[in-house]
Amino acid sequence: MTRYIIRRLLLMVPLLLGVTFLSFAIINLIPGSPVMRLRDNPKIKPEAALMLTKELGLDKPWPQRYVYWLGDLLHGDLGHSMYNGVPVADRIMAVLPNTLLLSVSALTLALVFAVPIGVYAAVNHRGPFDRMATFGAVAMYAMPSFWLALLLVIVFSLKFREWGLPSLPVGGMTDTRGGGGFWDRVQHLILPTISLGLVSIGGWSSYIRTSMLETLGQDFIRTAHAKGLAERSVLFGHAFRNAFLPLVTLVGLSLPGLFGGAVIVESIFAWNGIGRLTIEAVQRRDYTLIMGTTLMFAVLTVVANLLADVSYAIIDPRVRLD
Amino acid sequence: MAQVSTSTSPGDAARPPDAAASARGESASVRAALAASERAELHATPGFYTRSARRFRKDRLAMIALAIFAVIVLFVLSAPLVSRWTGFSPQENHLSAKLTPPLTDGYILGADGNGRDLLTRLAYGGRVSLMIAFLSSITTLVLGGALGLISGFSGKWVDMVLMRLVDVLLSIPGLPLLILIATLYTPGPAGLAVVLAVIGWPGIARIIRGEVLSLRGREYVEAARLVGASPARIMVRHLLPNVAPLIVVFASLAIPDLILAEAGLSFLGIGVQVPTPSWGNMLQEAARYFRTNASNVIIPGAMIYVTSLCLYLIGNGIRDAFDPRLGD
Repeated sequence: MTRYIIRRLLLMVPLLLGVTFLSFAIINLIPGSPVMRLRDNPKIKPEAALMLTKELGLDKPWPQRYVYWLGDLLHGDLGHSMYNGVPVADRIMAVLPNTLLLSVSALTLALVFAVPIGVYAAVNHRGPFDRMATFGAVAMYAMPSFWLALLLVIVFSLKFREWGLPSLPVGGMTDTRGGGGFWDRVQHLILPTISLGLVSIGGWSSYIRTSMLETLGQDFIRTAHAKGLAERSVLFGHAFRNAFLPLVTLVGLSLPGLFGGAVIVESIFAWNGIGRLTIEAVQRRDYTLIMGTTLMFAVLTVVANLLADVSYAIIDPRVRLD
Repeated sequence: MAQVSTSTSPGDAARPPDAAASARGESASVRAALAASERAELHATPGFYTRSARRFRKDRLAMIALAIFAVIVLFVLSAPLVSRWTGFSPQENHLSAKLTPPLTDGYILGADGNGRDLLTRLAYGGRVSLMIAFLSSITTLVLGGALGLISGFSGKWVDMVLMRLVDVLLSIPGLPLLILIATLYTPGPAGLAVVLAVIGWPGIARIIRGEVLSLRGREYVEAARLVGASPARIMVRHLLPNVAPLIVVFASLAIPDLILAEAGLSFLGIGVQVPTPSWGNMLQEAARYFRTNASNVIIPGAMIYVTSLCLYLIGNGIRDAFDPRLGD
């Protein structure tokens, strides 16, 4: 096991090298640079722009800059934002908890609904509830999250206020005036969580249904029935635990995707998270910040993959890693 | 004409020469007799695709979705007619008619923030959205299919290089990568389709490769190699038909994904650029006025939703029809 983990960790190194090299190339092969806008600005002297170019190291060819960037990275330094000079690591760490909060609450919401739906659908295989759940799963999966977000805002923020009902905030993370309390934060979290979470209920519930169906068709379930165990005991004592093994790993695997998916929802609700930071970085051509967020996403993905495999082996003794 | 008997599939080559003759238009009675015998043959052993199509037609939900989707395609294709009927062009601004509510002054679905007729733009925007989704799904399949085939069949260092590239591309969540490329390169609609494909190919390539790995040791591949078929021929004529069902299933579920991806990018303002309408950027423009004009937000979003829903239902139907085991 330890040897397996070490080997996987070592394999990550070339993978991450590939990711960073590819991103660095994509970013730098296009014409233009972070100082491009300064050059177009008549108020800024060309010499000043040139000086800044030198200061940021942008006068050097990009492969050379990549090597410098990599060298800094080995010292644990992600560099400074090319836009405002703040260390990239600080900027990412400042917003990471917000995205984590949003992602985890969306995931929780999705699972709270998806688990009972999936289990019940599997138990009533091909019954009316199963059919409805299958259709419902597609109906939720097909929903564009940004549209759902706007509809939720229109109904729960605008219309509810119009009708004099308690309404939810349109966006942001806290109220600008007198905000910041626990209840205030929860209120701001509700709509983004639903927008992000509702869409993934469909995927989760159909996954749980399939997994449950597979387990219910196995011999040990028939044995449990045969020895006269109560239906409830068969379902929750035997089937449930087996069907949920793969779920644990999948939850971990879904986090990077959830982070990525949060980009759009964050931009609608002015949620100060990694998604907004990514968009901001790209729009400002803040090369170092782009590299920082890309690396963060890549590390998150490969670590999640590894954790998924390892946790699977820990939970299920039949799985052997080598 | 010799083409007929040489370049078709092995099944056709086994057919009696008369069948090829009938394809060229022989006497009607001979043709009818042959057609009847062919029908009988088909009836005896319906092919894989025939059986799948039959199963698909029995899927009521998928058929309803197909009908609705056909209506959407018809609406989108007849965009010039819609434009003539409403009397509005899709890109002309009428600032005085800004944000006209639905069913007023000839604006059936209302006007957007620049006074453009929503219905006309919906038809033209749908063209762009659907075009991008189909174009990029085809590009994804050609790219991913070809690279997957080559990777799985040739093995060795080619396989190594391609699969490491796949690993790298799959290590970055799709949306941030899309945002990065789309913002920096600002592609047009066709370019956007290519960008989506460049990011989407690793998934299908890996699946095809896995399948090819298990197929390339089969006897018919060995046999083809023995009679001197070139690697290219083995890939195209022997392996491709066997991975085709996989490709079809993947494609049918990739198209709605791409509809949503394009809409999401355009919604963020980095996909299709205005004034060219797409459902996504119509929603983006409307989002600015969501406080006063909710209908402008609801309508384009509903088009995206209904289209993606229909396509997912059709895709699920196709998947179940091709491989009934995958469904439950």
